[in-house]
Amino acid sequence: MGSEQPLEGHTVRRFDGELNQLHLLSLEMGGLVLNQIQQVLTAMQSKDLQQCRMVIERDREVNQLELKLDDGVITVIARRGPVARDLRAVMALSKIVTDLERIGDEAARIAHICLAVYDNVRSDPSHLLLRDVHNMGRMVVGMVRESLLALDDLDGVRARRMMVEGGDLEQEFQAGFRRLVTYIMEDPRNVGHAINAVLACKALERIGDHARSIAEYVVYLREGEDLRHSRPEDLSHSGVLEANARGR
Amino acid sequence: MSTVMVADEAEVTEKRETKGTTRRDGRATVSRDVRETVGEMRVEEPRMRCDEINVWYGNKHAIRNVSLDIGKNEVLAMIGPSGCGKSTFLRCLNRMNDTIVGCRVTGRIMLDGEDVNSPRIDVVPLRAQVGMVFQKPNPFPKSIYENIAFGPRIHGLAHNPQEMDEIVETSLIKAGLWEEVKDRLDQPGTGLSGGQQQRLCIARTIAVSPDIILMDEPCSALDPIATAKVEELIDELRQNYSIAIVTHSMQQAARVSQRTAYFHLGDLIEVGDTKQIFTNPRHELTEDYITGRFG
Repeated sequence: MGSEQPLEGHTVRRFDGELNQLHLLSLEMGGLVLNQIQQVLTAMQSKDLQQCRMVIERDREVNQLELKLDDGVITVIARRGPVARDLRAVMALSKIVTDLERIGDEAARIAHICLAVYDNVRSDPSHLLLRDVHNMGRMVVGMVRESLLALDDLDGVRARRMMVEGGDLEQEFQAGFRRLVTYIMEDPRNVGHAINAVLACKALERIGDHARSIAEYVVYLREGEDLRHSRPEDLSHSGVLEANARGR
Repeated sequence: MSTVMVADEAEVTEKRETKGTTRRDGRATVSRDVRETVGEMRVEEPRMRCDEINVWYGNKHAIRNVSLDIGKNEVLAMIGPSGCGKSTFLRCLNRMNDTIVGCRVTGRIMLDGEDVNSPRIDVVPLRAQVGMVFQKPNPFPKSIYENIAFGPRIHGLAHNPQEMDEIVETSLIKAGLWEEVKDRLDQPGTGLSGGQQQRLCIARTIAVSPDIILMDEPCSALDPIATAKVEELIDELRQNYSIAIVTHSMQQAARVSQRTAYFHLGDLIEVGDTKQIFTNPRHELTEDYITGRFG
């Protein structure tokens, strides 16, 4: 009979194991990319270039996990012919893996930016120039963590809540961009650092988009509802408010 | 019988909710305890309409209150575990259950404005109009030509040998068998391979110009290549006929049908577009079955 565990309960138990293995691998990959973001943000704050190089190096591990997960997805499709919620799980995990890999790429990109910022050729940037990177970084870490917790529990309600309450990174980016332009206008010598700060903020904004995308796939996996390209007002209407009312 | 449909929220609100149904973000997830049909049993252009069908074998209530349409030019797949009543239901559609002692059928099965269970209905022309293909190919122990010609002859569909030749050729072409047997029409049908025999049986069904073709696990005795040929044929036949197919292969149901009906212990549990059933079924029993969590 059907189990409350969304990936379990198959008559063929090995199928349970294969789906759980995919889930665990995605969580392992998620943990790694979250750590990559945290490491690179700390490195930028503490001017730790060694840590930046380590983040760049570890992106290979992220890529290897992507290959492993893709291979697992293909195997499950070929051997089990999943349908219904199993099919949604396999498709969602496959898409989530792509998002995680791209988050890893963006973390490595920020590491490269950090190396360029502290190149020992120019003077180090002022604290003000990197303020938006740190602010956005905190928001992004929160978003990625929430989406990974939703993925861990396969909790559609938590995923919806993250999408509604996760923050508006685009607005943050625009505000930061305006501030950085002001610094450039005040002192044109800031232009190099300001551009790097903008690039780092853009990378963080993209990470936020991927975190949101992961949450969307968790909702799809659990509820079969495709929330991609939906408006925030639709989300709060259809999911979170009702879920909160039910105390879920 | 109340139905729970999924559409926009306003539409859902208008529908009566089935007992045991929980609403999940605008979607219905129907609990395993609910035995009322979920989904749309009706289609816009029904070729056959079944209302409240009940079947008893003696005291055993084999099918309970099943209402279902078979649409024009559609393939309707019926799936479910053994003993769920899908074959029994299929056999009601051309009164094949009449031959079973102790079997009693109630409800209406409307075809061209008449109930097929009406005493006025002659089952011989009914079974021509609603033809059947069985699990095991069962060609007559006659020549390939005679296998096809037998039906049209007893129904008086050919007025001369030329017309009969034409019917035989057309039927074999439609069944995708003509090229393989045109040079050996006088040889016994039983000498063909399993897949060819099944297509011969389909040609025999087509020869009497049916409106509806019923198929009871037509590929379960065939190898994968013969199965693929029959499935391809089913897709082509859909252009001219309505087809109801019972199958144990869920992949086959997903491949060949436009709508799928899931039966469970004599109840029609869920019916809907095949894509919806296999990606996002609404009833937990349907999901348990198609994902292999049943039993």
